[in-house]
Amino acid sequence: MLAMNYRGPFRVRADEKPYPKIEHPEDAIVRVTRSCICGSDLHIYHGMVPDTRVGTTFGHEFIGVVEEIGSEVHKLKVGDHVIVPFNISCGKCAFCKQELYGNCHESNSEATAVGGIYGYSHTAGGYDGGQAEYVRVPYANVGPTIIPPGMDLDDAVLLTDVVPTGYQAAEMGGIKTGDTVVVFGAGPIGIMAAKCCWLFGAGRVIIIDNVEYRLEFAKNYSQCEAYNFDEMGDPVQFLKEATDWLGADVCIDAVGCEASGNAMQTITGRKAMVQAGSATALHWAINSVKKGGIVSIVGVYGPTDNLVPIGNVVNKGITVRANQASVKRLLPRLIEHVQAGRLNPKGLITHRIPLEDVADAYRIFSDKLDNCIKTVLIPPTAKAQFS
Amino acid sequence: MKTVNKNFEHIKGWGIDNVPDDEPNYPMKHNTGADHNRIHWNRPELQEETVEILKSTERPGNSAVFGTVAPPKGLSGILRRYAYKHSENKYRHWLPLLLADRIDVLEGTLSDLMKGRVPNPIAERGWGAIWKHKPSLLVRKILVRLSVFAAIGTFFVYKAKKSNS
Repeated sequence: MLAMNYRGPFRVRADEKPYPKIEHPEDAIVRVTRSCICGSDLHIYHGMVPDTRVGTTFGHEFIGVVEEIGSEVHKLKVGDHVIVPFNISCGKCAFCKQELYGNCHESNSEATAVGGIYGYSHTAGGYDGGQAEYVRVPYANVGPTIIPPGMDLDDAVLLTDVVPTGYQAAEMGGIKTGDTVVVFGAGPIGIMAAKCCWLFGAGRVIIIDNVEYRLEFAKNYSQCEAYNFDEMGDPVQFLKEATDWLGADVCIDAVGCEASGNAMQTITGRKAMVQAGSATALHWAINSVKKGGIVSIVGVYGPTDNLVPIGNVVNKGITVRANQASVKRLLPRLIEHVQAGRLNPKGLITHRIPLEDVADAYRIFSDKLDNCIKTVLIPPTAKAQFS
Repeated sequence: MKTVNKNFEHIKGWGIDNVPDDEPNYPMKHNTGADHNRIHWNRPELQEETVEILKSTERPGNSAVFGTVAPPKGLSGILRRYAYKHSENKYRHWLPLLLADRIDVLEGTLSDLMKGRVPNPIAERGWGAIWKHKPSLLVRKILVRLSVFAAIGTFFVYKAKKSNS
């Protein structure tokens, strides 16, 4: 089968790989019909996540048709077309029992801080991902959700990560009616987070980035204010002034470890890698939020340390909330939002690229070429069916 | 619900997920007390270990299910085995893994060559896409690389000349 093959930082290609096997009675094999490149895929593409092994296949955002099921799979049948949450969750451990499906303790032998994630290094369990024609899906009774009839597949594939993560970013903000929310990062997750803030009754939503075409896109898609931090000198000063000198009620870090905007963070975090990525967005979030405010983090960071003003967290009495999205918990509500037209996930998609051209697809997304917001990869097997 | 002096009619679904009686509302954890039973939940059937799986020292054994792709091998594998002797709390875990990842790239290239496949780094890096959409960026990348190589080359030539003289 054809699959994305990681060869090293900034080097990927489409290769023939063996068809995946059922390795556990609760496994299913899914024929992928759509997969996306996520902003967090860029962290592993750039070689920033430890234990990313050559020869593995990335891709934690995918949907597909069930081709084969293990002996203990009862909730799916061959032929079902399913949304596969990016987190692999058993449904039985203490964390899954409490709907923390992004923190499953039975899906990752290699690390305890993170549950299993498809195609996201051995630090996240060593699974192949969905940027392939076929993929092994463990715990098929738990995570995969049948795509509702009539739902556009482009909407469905974004329900695997982008929509739940953006929504949970807003949810963790504990937004109160009329709150001012600042979202750092106008990538797909930040744009979706800004959009979701309105569902919680935000009174003002501001998005901050330095890529002009993305800010323009966010302004229209998320119906929010959008500002370029390259044009404002000190973004914290700007945001204080813009919020009557108190700071935002809620700040969302939707950037993570590859933030730009601060030379010291960039050099130590992204170039020398002496900290777990550049924490510029988080730094700004902590300093821009009001006293007693909430900082919600969905940006991905490495497993070691980051330089952030933790003293200000204490002195300002800030609540920091963060997690990987609990996709399974959120899916029913998010499907309702999509069906009711309150959320339009497929509106984020700017590029549909054949899996064969995966190297170009990564480069376009990574270098923000051709006004790229979100890239979908279409495997040959899916193209045959859906073209 | 507080009155907000703005009109949000143009935003479909504004405030629909706001629970005024429960502000601030962030239902993050459906607390059942399950974690007070510690690790004694009814575990799923355990996956058979058919390849070498490196395990975190912060857990008693494998998770019930795990990935089996790209088991450790070669020099990078030796480093990875060393790394996994140390907990996730230690740099001795993470830094050898980063080093192993870089060595793995060289091993991957070597493996390609031994299979008779010459890697195409230009295609693998997607430089065709850069050329198509932003040729100036590609030119800049090439110039930066050439400058770095030239600087390194000049340094060694200078050093060799100095030691000869």
